[in-house]
Amino acid sequence: MRIFWRNFSRNRGAVFGMVILVGVAMLALLAPVIFPGSPWDMVGAPFMPPGEMGLLLGSDSLGRDVAAGIAHGARVSLLVGAVSTAAALLIGVTLGAVAGYFGGIVDDLVMRFTEFFQTIPSFVLAILLVAIFTPTIGSIVFAIAIVSWPPVARVVRAEFLSLRSREFVQASEVLGKSRFSIVIGDILPNTLSPIVVLSSLMVASAILLESALSFLGLGDPNLMSWGFLIGSGRSVIRLAWWMSVFPGIAIFLTVLSLNLVGEGLSDALNPRLARNRGAKP
Amino acid sequence: MGLSRRGLLAGAAAAPLLMRVDDALAQGIQPKRGGTLNSIVNPEPPILHVGVNNQAPTLIVGGKIFQGLLRYSSKLEPLPELAKSWEISPDGLEYTFHLQENVKFHDGQPMTAEDVVFSIMKFHMEVSPRARGVFSRIKEGVAVDRNTAKFVLSAPFEPFLLMFDVTVSAIVPKHHFEGQDYRQAPVVQKPIGTGPFRFVEWQRGNFIRLERFDGYWKPNQPYLDAIIYRVIPDSQSRRLALESGQVQLTQSNDIEPFDVPQMRARPNLEVQTTGWEYFGPLMWLELNHRVKPLDDVRVRKALAHAVNRDFIAQRLWFGIGKPATGPVASSTRFHDATARMPSFDVNAAKKLLDEAGLKPNGQGVRFTIRHLSLPYGEVFTRLGEFLRQSLRQVGVDLQLESVDVGTWAQRTANWEFDTTINYLYQYGDPTLGVERSYVSTNIKKILFSNVSGYANPKVDELFTQARDAAEPAKRQEYFTAVQKILVEDVPLVWLLEMAFPTIHEKRLHNVITSGAGVHASFDDVFLA
Repeated sequence: MRIFWRNFSRNRGAVFGMVILVGVAMLALLAPVIFPGSPWDMVGAPFMPPGEMGLLLGSDSLGRDVAAGIAHGARVSLLVGAVSTAAALLIGVTLGAVAGYFGGIVDDLVMRFTEFFQTIPSFVLAILLVAIFTPTIGSIVFAIAIVSWPPVARVVRAEFLSLRSREFVQASEVLGKSRFSIVIGDILPNTLSPIVVLSSLMVASAILLESALSFLGLGDPNLMSWGFLIGSGRSVIRLAWWMSVFPGIAIFLTVLSLNLVGEGLSDALNPRLARNRGAKP
Repeated sequence: MGLSRRGLLAGAAAAPLLMRVDDALAQGIQPKRGGTLNSIVNPEPPILHVGVNNQAPTLIVGGKIFQGLLRYSSKLEPLPELAKSWEISPDGLEYTFHLQENVKFHDGQPMTAEDVVFSIMKFHMEVSPRARGVFSRIKEGVAVDRNTAKFVLSAPFEPFLLMFDVTVSAIVPKHHFEGQDYRQAPVVQKPIGTGPFRFVEWQRGNFIRLERFDGYWKPNQPYLDAIIYRVIPDSQSRRLALESGQVQLTQSNDIEPFDVPQMRARPNLEVQTTGWEYFGPLMWLELNHRVKPLDDVRVRKALAHAVNRDFIAQRLWFGIGKPATGPVASSTRFHDATARMPSFDVNAAKKLLDEAGLKPNGQGVRFTIRHLSLPYGEVFTRLGEFLRQSLRQVGVDLQLESVDVGTWAQRTANWEFDTTINYLYQYGDPTLGVERSYVSTNIKKILFSNVSGYANPKVDELFTQARDAAEPAKRQEYFTAVQKILVEDVPLVWLLEMAFPTIHEKRLHNVITSGAGVHASFDDVFLA
């Protein structure tokens, strides 16, 4: 663990990203404390520029506090990012593991199925799914998970393909372990590092996807997310630039920090850990 | 305002550019021949023939190609158009129209009383449900001579004279329709009317081009050489087109309300919100009375008390339109200003909800209802959010549901909603455009019928009496009574008397001259 942190902190960008990410997470956690009440409450006059009437980042077209919207939006955006990534991992890891471990016809079938999803433009598919199931938080998470699992499946499959013929796996097979426990207990832990790296990037792209959907008006109408804030501010950007700019910065910083953290994780996990684990099966 | 403008004008070199129509007329600015008017049509109509299609874009473009027998002032007085005069028999049963002479269709054929009778009795009866509703009261329609058409009603129907605008009953050429399926006739694709502009070209997704009709019946008119309606689907692009001078006129929903204040500030543009009196669109919060507790009049009253309609008019619609006061818009005939719906009063709302036995729970919520958002763009999305916050203040939890236009129409028509937003045209008379939303005989699974399910025998009776009475004074009595009942019953929460901004360059004159605004023929519009 100490080695991990040393490797991670060697990458300054990653540390910077981690600081921002922790900050955003704190903002999300403390939103109800800093901005009590609903972010939808109309607390001031509409279109107040930042700083007036005690509104740090101004008010929107209904007189809602943009700062409160960003704080509460952080909850929604991070939640959507995390949950949809978890769902995508569940699908991707399962299918990838099955394909990579069993190989042969099973591998062929699963991979053709995966390619089927990869050939469809993911954003278009997400829009379609949300439109069909009507926009709610559930359908949005579902849509994002459906369009983002294929890369996971491919990565996990590749790892499984190379790991399943290693000696430690063969040893487990000779010992008579069940296939299930070999997959879960022996191979999967060794594929974790690429999955961890990949998932940090997936959270970032899930936040972007959710924002893009909300921007197009396909967000959950009862939840305030960053994409909604930008979408509702877009049409009045010449009247009230602050309505779109600040949530835009929030998305930018969060996605950037997730990418930086992902990179740092990759540096820290991949070369050394892979070697370490290979040495002591 | 007028004074300051004049003061400003005194020293302005570009005075003609800055003048308004009335100024121009007052100062004797002569109409000028020539020039092409560029405007916008949005959304692109599916078909251009009025009657066959009666959506707003079709009516705006079609209003230049076709004409009706009459047009209407902003106070809804009938004015001559294709009919130069008309008489009504003392018993209110016979309507005789004397037609203008020398009126020709765009194919050169003369327009006669035969075309008028065909248009009213056959064409619109067949293709337009709204016209059919009224014209089915005509017992007999005859062409007395070449220039005289007479319609005999089976019973007096006082609002009958409001039914002859081009947007309701345009005069179409009989010789192009007779013996054919009216909707499939070739002329539907290339409309032929009597209007000042003839249809030339329609590049789908791009533009519709109309050109001056040289055989127009008013001498030396129209003044414009051509009108081009451009198809620009994005609202910000439409705004840019207007700002950059690519188009000189926008109307209806072309420019979003939140862009209007900046358009007002531009010195070369004129913003008008008049010209919708003939339609009188009224927007309301539709309540489904089959859903508890919306069947309780105290609850409906409380909802009406909870919504600040001034905020909606001023903040969401940026002052375009007026807060509603009741079921009949103030521009519609027989509007009674003394019948007023519950005012904005949060405490009164809470008190009524308490009386109805709906106490707030731990989170301060008395009851939860689902709200189907009207998917007509930005402003309506904001309206949904505004209503949710307003009702939350009195302890009503409004859950928003967003759907596409088709789903909204289907679910509203099938009563599958708790609350939703809707707006209907009133067509100048409560019998024509108000009655349909409240009488129990019109509780149908059809869009724009009485989908709320409100039923009150007294209201039914009064609307029927008002419809059948021949005397305007008598009708006023009934309509006043019914408005008094409706503002007490609050079957719907009326929100806004809508208007739409017409924005044009100041060098374009005579744009709004009637109660139907930009739907007019534009034969007197000129660029100077």
